[in-house]
This record gives sequence, structure tokens and C-alpha cells, in this order.
Amino acid sequence: MAKIDVSIETDDKPAPPPKHPNTCPSCHSHYRDDELERALWVCAQCGHHFAMRARARIASLVDDGSFSEEAADLHSEDPLGFFDLRPYTERLAEAEMSTGLADAMIIGQGAIERRGCELAVMDFAFMGGSMGSVVGEKFSRACDSAIERGVPLVTVTASGGARMQEGILSLMQLPKTIAAVEDLRDARQAMISVMAHPTTGGVLASFATLGDVLLAEPGALMSFAGPRVVQELTREKLPDDFGRAEQNLRFGQIDAIVPRPQIRATVARLLRLFDAPV
Amino acid sequence: MPPSEHELRLRERLSRLRSVPLLGGAKLSGELQRLQRQLDRLGEEPTGDDIWRSVELARHPDRPYTLDYVERLLEDWFELHGDRARADDAAMIAGIGKFDGRTVVLVGQQKGRDIHQRTERRFGMSNPEGYAKAMRVMELADRHGFPVISLVDTPGAYPGVNAEQHGQGAAIAQSQAVMARLTVPTVTCVIGEGGSGGAIAIALADRVLMQEHAIYSVISPEGCAMILWRDAGEAKKAAAAFKPDAAHCLELGVIDGIVPEPQGGAHVNYKEAARLLGDSIREALDELADVPGEELRRLRRAKFRSLGVFA
Repeated sequence: MAKIDVSIETDDKPAPPPKHPNTCPSCHSHYRDDELERALWVCAQCGHHFAMRARARIASLVDDGSFSEEAADLHSEDPLGFFDLRPYTERLAEAEMSTGLADAMIIGQGAIERRGCELAVMDFAFMGGSMGSVVGEKFSRACDSAIERGVPLVTVTASGGARMQEGILSLMQLPKTIAAVEDLRDARQAMISVMAHPTTGGVLASFATLGDVLLAEPGALMSFAGPRVVQELTREKLPDDFGRAEQNLRFGQIDAIVPRPQIRATVARLLRLFDAPV
Repeated sequence: MPPSEHELRLRERLSRLRSVPLLGGAKLSGELQRLQRQLDRLGEEPTGDDIWRSVELARHPDRPYTLDYVERLLEDWFELHGDRARADDAAMIAGIGKFDGRTVVLVGQQKGRDIHQRTERRFGMSNPEGYAKAMRVMELADRHGFPVISLVDTPGAYPGVNAEQHGQGAAIAQSQAVMARLTVPTVTCVIGEGGSGGAIAIALADRVLMQEHAIYSVISPEGCAMILWRDAGEAKKAAAAFKPDAAHCLELGVIDGIVPEPQGGAHVNYKEAARLLGDSIREALDELADVPGEELRRLRRAKFRSLGVFA
């Protein structure tokens, strides 16, 4: 059948051909799945950090076989009966199908170089890593679990911010997670926060920036407002590294930028340092 | 008339609250009474049109702002300036004054009335320096045992290049963390726009109130419409979907009470609006007055840690 040109019906420019997920957006090198996996999803040519799924992240951090997941069965409900172009429940079901996760965060106990810790790791693939009631509750339980077992908490964030579909309740996950961090602090347990690309909005403005030590992956966007919003409001040309980890380090907002292959060793070192004899 | 679904859910919350052990004792009955009164006052669940009316009233150019209430509620107000590090953010005000004869600390966002003021106060959108000012003044309150009143009225935190470079996200997080540590009574009222992170930064309080036509939301209706509908013109639809009005916030347990406004909205009668706000703040502070500091902090954290809906 002949193709019918409908382009006159729309002002939109034709969409560029979709980039292959295994093609580096920065240097265009292309990799096979197994190559990327072996390199922890870091481009061997230019060092670009591809997105990393939460389960792979946990596997890259903890000692083999040491991880045991907690609160895996928590599911989002739809408190507002939210409906935009599609119902929230449909978006949730689709995200669950495509990611194999119940929500955007995995928590559990593990050991890094034989030191016990609690982990809370986000997955950007689940609705942009957005924080709703389940992420808030899981983080909160991770803090309790760390307090109960007397171990530090290690977090890895990748999130676009609060989950709009849960309305004001998603905003309430900011004070909720912060109240949990304060309980952790009162119990004198350390929190190491690793921020991956992107860690923005409500996650940046809550628990992610409250770690005792703040680490970021190279190039990670870590801004409260997105670059587009800032650009539109200020009408200024933004600096090239606006909101990126490198700018945050320069302005004193984080402690260090750590390339992904070195994160396990770095976190292990910090856990050793914080684990001073009582 | 049979009870509406909205009313039923509120009743459910009421019955759940009756069985919450953490509130215990005399405080529990105060809480219950207040909810019961809210329930009696509420009629039907607000419609999309009602919600949009609140959005418009919350942003009404004549709506009383923070300093209008300060003038009418506090005596001997002494404004405190600056974050002691970098700047004095005019979008956030802070100070000490007498409320009912007791010294209190008040912090809040301040919008401007004319073009000059609006620019200077950035429409009530704080920079990190504004949150730093609020934090230092709240810590002052903690040292001296002064209750903290915060009035929220902001479209959100200021989205600027400098704001980001100076740690806007971290400032919002730290300000909440300060509030989670306070051992003095804290009362927040959203008096206009309770916009996202910019609002919650000063709203982690023992009692969170909202004026009848204030809005409290995770994103502006326009922002939400832009992202989910790809059209800022769908703001009304977006607002109806994420329900930023006081009645829904109360139902979700996000706020503890609704402060009535004069007929037609707070802008119609500043004096009456201030009186009604003062009554609600007084009631909240009286309830909290005898609770030991450590207990206040524990209950405050427990309250926020209980927010969310999941299965």
C-alpha cells in the first residue's frame, strides 16, 4: 500500500530516527549488550555513563549472594483516581511489565566487602524514577532496617523528581523521607548517597542531599529545577555543565565525583572509615 | 441526603485516627474534635470548577500576603534579615514578635504588590539564601523556646542559575531537616500558593493548616499540564486531576485543618481573614503548648512518616 503523506496536517517536525539504546549519545560508539554489561554500562571510548538498572547496580555494589530484598511487594495505589491522557493505574501496570519492578526503588540488606549495610537503590526506568508513596515508604523502611541492625545506609538515586500522578502525596514523600533520615542520624548511623544521572527535583530536595557523604557519577544532572525551566525563566544562556555533577563539585555541593567502576571500592572505603570502634 | 463519597472517606479517616495509639491521651481528643468539626463544615466534594476557583483566589493579586497578616496578628514585630553568609533574600521573611503576649518566630514567603516589589521579592520564590535565613531563625526559636509559625505563599523555589549553583535542592532538604529536629511547637498555614518544594521547605510542622481557598501542590497546574498534556492551556484539567484544594488535602491527611476565609475570599476583608487565621493558629499552639519538646519532635516525625497510600 502506498504511504500517505500526512505531514501537512501537523506543525511538528518529523521525529529524528530513534537512537539505539546501545549507542553512546556522546561519541556514537556502538556496543553489544554483553560488552556494555561487562563495562558496567560505561562507554569504553569516552567514559559516558549509560543508565544502569537497579538490579544491575546492586549486583555491581554488593558481595556476591549477600543481598536480600525487603518490602518487594509494596505497590502504588491510585489515591487521586488520576487520569491525564491515560489513567495512572495503566501507566503503573505498563511500568511494572516493562521493568519487572513493583516501583522505582529496591531496598534490602547486603554486604560490601564483608561490611553489612542497608541499600536503597532507584531505577529510572520505572516512570522516570519518580518518587511517590511507595518510594517514600521503602526509603523510610530502609532507614528503620539500618537502625534496627546497626548498619549504615547506602543510597543510589536516579530520579526525575516527585510523581505528579500522586499529587500532593508525592510532595509529602519529601518530609517523610527526611523524617526517616533524621531518625537514622539520631541513631548515629552513616548514610552514603550516590547520585546517578539524573537526580533532580524532589529526590534532590529530600534524602539524596542529606547523606553524610555525597558522591556523584560523572556527568550526572543534579538540579532542583530542570535546565529547560531555568532557561525559559531567565532567558540566559546556561553554562554548558549547568546542574551537572562537575558544576556541583565546583560549587561545593558534593564531596566527590566517582566513575562507576570505582564506586564499589569507594563506598567500601567509606564504610570502613565510618565503622570506627565504639 | 446520603453522605457523599468524600464524606465517607473523611469519616474513615476519623475512625482510623481513633485507633492510632501514637497520639494518645488528651491530645487525641483535641485532634478528633477538630476533625469532627471539619466534617460538619464540609458539604459536597469540590468539583473541577470549585478547584479552579481556589486556584484563582489563591493567586488573586489582592490576596493578603504574609506581611499583611504579620501586621494584623503580631505585636512588636522585629524583622530579621540575612542568612549570615551571602545575602538577604526578600522572597523569604523572618522575624520575632508577640502573638497573644507570647514571643514567637514567624517565617514565610512574601510576594510583592507592585512591579518593583514583585521583582525584588521574585514573586515569593526563594533562593537557597532565603531558606538559609529561615533555618537560622528557626534554630534561634529552638534555642529560646519560641514557637514557630510559618506562612506559606509561593509558586515554588526560584529556578535560577545562581540558585542551582548555590544548592537549591539541598537548601530545601536541609530546611525540612531543621524542622524535623525542632523541639518547639510549630504551626504552618498555607495562605495562598503552596508550590512544591519551595513550600514544603518551611512546612514540616506539628500542625499544618490551609486557608479555605489556598492551594497546595507538587507542581503548578500549568507545569503539570505542560508535562502530561503537553499544553499549558490544559491547566484547569490538570488542577482537577491532581486536586490541590484544601478539602482534598485534608482528606488525604496532608493537612490537619482548614482555616475559613471571609465570604468571597481573604482579599475581600483583610481584618476578618487575619482574625480567622489568628484563631486557628492560637488553637493549634494551645494544643501543643504542654507537649514536651522531645515528644513534639517524635510525633511530628511519626505524622509525616505515616503519609502515603500504598498496598
